[in-house]
Amino acid sequence: MTQDAPPPLLKLRDIRKSFGTLDVLKGIDLEVAPGEVVSIIGASGSGKSTFLRSINAIEPADKGRMEFEGWDFDFDRDSRFFPTDRQLQALRSRIGMVFQSYNLWPHKTVLQNVIHAPMGVLGQSRTEATEVADALLDRIGLYDKRDASPLRLSGGQQQRVAIARALAMKPRLMLFDEVTSALDPELVNEVLQLMASLADEGMTMLLVTHEMSFARDVSSRVLFFDQGEIGEEGPPSKVLRAPESPRLQQFLHSILHDDLRTSTAKKGLIQ
Amino acid sequence: MSEFTHDVLVYGPGFLSAAWTVLWLTLVTIGVSWIFGLAAALGQRSDMRAVRSVAAFYVWFIRGTPALIQIFIIYFGMPQVGVRLSPYTAGVLALAINSGAYVTEIIRSGLSAIPAGQTESSLALGFSPRETMRTVILPQVFRIILPSITNEALSTLKNTSLLSTITVVELTLYAQTLISATFRPFDFYIAVAVIYLVLTTILTQLAAFFERRYARLY
Repeated sequence: MTQDAPPPLLKLRDIRKSFGTLDVLKGIDLEVAPGEVVSIIGASGSGKSTFLRSINAIEPADKGRMEFEGWDFDFDRDSRFFPTDRQLQALRSRIGMVFQSYNLWPHKTVLQNVIHAPMGVLGQSRTEATEVADALLDRIGLYDKRDASPLRLSGGQQQRVAIARALAMKPRLMLFDEVTSALDPELVNEVLQLMASLADEGMTMLLVTHEMSFARDVSSRVLFFDQGEIGEEGPPSKVLRAPESPRLQQFLHSILHDDLRTSTAKKGLIQ
Repeated sequence: MSEFTHDVLVYGPGFLSAAWTVLWLTLVTIGVSWIFGLAAALGQRSDMRAVRSVAAFYVWFIRGTPALIQIFIIYFGMPQVGVRLSPYTAGVLALAINSGAYVTEIIRSGLSAIPAGQTESSLALGFSPRETMRTVILPQVFRIILPSITNEALSTLKNTSLLSTITVVELTLYAQTLISATFRPFDFYIAVAVIYLVLTTILTQLAAFFERRYARLY
């Protein structure tokens, strides 16, 4: 990061979370500057998804502080800075999240999926929300599917709609939780392409991913999660090309085979 | 004039009015039972232990005792503790409490069929848990449970015959009255059965209409 770096958009300090006796997050510190794309990699069970889910408090942390857009929360239940339910809802409406399993609502059409939250949470009129939604659906190339059921779409199309649904809220930060892991290999590209174009436009993004080439080419920083801690972090050229810790070396070695297998499919994705 | 035409002219209006009683008793009961069922099903998932216990007790007690006894408790039993209800009010209340327990279980199974991701994506967009339940979860639950809730509605309709025991003039009691005057039990019980069949068919057709409408959306 340069010296005249803008103030961080998101500031996390000592984020901790346990499930029973299992400490899943053991004190994570992280600052994310506006426009940064941070990839989180790590073995399953390393706490990376839990970390992402704690940021918009879908699963709130047990301890730790968070600063975002003027909010300053302390997730310690006894703290007077512990967020109220209303504050958490407001926070979530400013942070977009995309899930591995898309989680589109099957009882609503594609368009209804996209306009539901802008109308219900932001209080936009149907006309207003539909205008935004149509532009987004046009952008992801699915305008002609706006009145279809999401269940009629391919996985890649569903995931793009899920991204559009999150973008319709005009979030300041986007969280992507292994968004391509459930997709057939030939559908991965269309989703990654959309994410890359968002990054190009300066969207601040945090993503948990197994797509190493995407992490390498698109992110400004890579975090390696190891047993609930950040084991190693830095620019992708350092973390992915010249890992220091044996554990990261081992992790990268173990997934290298997978990555090679799918890299042919991704050829030409990102220049 | 044939005997049948004669019977229809003489007893028809009475049967019609009794059938009407059955119909509105059923519809009101179904409405109230859904409220009880939804409340108890959501109560079962409450953060508060006391609320969960009440909901669990309700389902356990109602499913474990005969509907007839529940009706008797409310109509004959309650006056002893100072609550005197008309046969119609007591009847609707008893049947709704009864059916509500089964509706609770139906809604519970429907709720558990909705993946957690549906709730999560709604919460992640900034909806409150209540809004999420109302606009995202329950519409999907309703579609899933429509067949079982239809069955339960049919049971409710047929259970209105139990209210003949507490002087509600519905089809069964009306027929019994005629039978004691005419000594023609076969004729009149068959007539009652046919009318119940007509009513249940209307109800199933209504449910089938909703099912088709929901199926189109998917």
